[in-house]
Amino acid sequence: MKIEEFKTLLELKLPGIAFKQVRDSLLVENPSDLPKVAFFLKNSDLEIDYLSSVTGSDYLDYLESVYHLYSTTKKTGLITLRVRVKRDAPNVPSLVPIYRSAEFQEREAYDMYGIIYEGHPDLRRLFMWEGFEGFPMRKDYIQEDSEWLEPEDLEWLEKHQVPVTEEMKERAKTPRIIKKDAGE
Amino acid sequence: MALAQNISTVDDGLKSELGKKGIVVTTLNELYNWGRRSSIWPMQFGLACCAIEMIATACARYDIARFGAELFRASPRQSDLMIVAGTVTKKMAPNVVRLYNQMAEPKYVITMGACAIAGGPFIDGVNVLRGIDRYIPVDVHLPGCPPRPEALLYGLMELQKKIDGQTIETTEWYQKGLKREFPIPEYGPKGLIPKFNPEIWNPREEDHRRERYGQPILIGKKTKAPNLDAPPAAPRPVPAPAATAPTSPAAS
Ligand code: SF4
Repeated sequence: MKIEEFKTLLELKLPGIAFKQVRDSLLVENPSDLPKVAFFLKNSDLEIDYLSSVTGSDYLDYLESVYHLYSTTKKTGLITLRVRVKRDAPNVPSLVPIYRSAEFQEREAYDMYGIIYEGHPDLRRLFMWEGFEGFPMRKDYIQEDSEWLEPEDLEWLEKHQVPVTEEMKERAKTPRIIKKDAGE
Repeated sequence: MALAQNISTVDDGLKSELGKKGIVVTTLNELYNWGRRSSIWPMQFGLACCAIEMIATACARYDIARFGAELFRASPRQSDLMIVAGTVTKKMAPNVVRLYNQMAEPKYVITMGACAIAGGPFIDGVNVLRGIDRYIPVDVHLPGCPPRPEALLYGLMELQKKIDGQTIETTEWYQKGLKREFPIPEYGPKGLIPKFNPEIWNPREEDHRRERYGQPILIGKKTKAPNLDAPPAAPRPVPAPAATAPTSPAAS
């Protein structure tokens, strides 16, 4: 089914929910409508029963959560849904109650982009450890300098009785050099 | 460590002469090293794609058993050699160091592949440790992505050379006060704490990477995003093949 036809069909069946075509995918304008759309897709005679992936992405002005759906019984797909959320309030309703396969994928998107899936049964970090701060795939994430010991490193080394040279201690005091224009 | 070959005080010619008569002349050292070198038991663990190559080395075609290292042990207490085969993520690194600490002396480490040496293709990743030699000492570095099984065998032979160069009197593990356990790094809010163990590893004096890319890496390049609402850019036109003058000798 063409995406234009699909959009018309959804608009007919789900009045009151705004869709927008973005290239070859459908943007659900209001994120809170997403579970309704997903429920319809799964339980109508479209039988879109397989959620293959949930992805986050960062477009600087907003964050996006992207869903790829297939039907295994009808052998149709791919249908792509998007929702857009603000960077500072990235709340999206979770699809876990409808598609169980969303569980790990949503955890991954939360881990990397900080998108909060409301209603997820177990929203913890997946790849990074507990206690990791920040969301490393966001474009404004600043990576640590792995060649530069910082005060907490020195503290740790002292605690474990590892000898540290004076030079290194001096270096830890000076702030890191951040080249803003690098790579331009 | 310089590799001193195992020099016997008995003349080699005489030794082989005696050998033909059925008399074996050897030193305790030689016997000791021969035994150790011919049965290096590696630890059975792999971290990423390089592990597949390590498995291939252990299988019939390359057959690491020819070098006596076929017995992959699942316990660090029983193994002599740790082949760090693959990407060491920051989440995995404390466990690798812990496994190293649990190995019994004498113990050796081979880093296999670019990832284990320095982070490899994932060096810029937030989650990848830039080389396991930041926390534990390494005997043989094996470059490659992945190194071929022959390369792993070569690395093993290099390690055997190193073992041959050690003597009972001077080996570290018979000395008093040997400390070969290294503190295990902890998970911090941005990465591992500490970022490296200065006892073992220190940053290079000249860091060309850093000069080129700066720190944090590529921040200027990454802060762009495509505009999805605009129509997709037309594919770049394929340049027409330049009209070339006929070069056949008949034309001239
Ligand atoms: S060095 Fe290459 S083959 Fe080996 S683990 Fe890294 S990426 Fe994989």
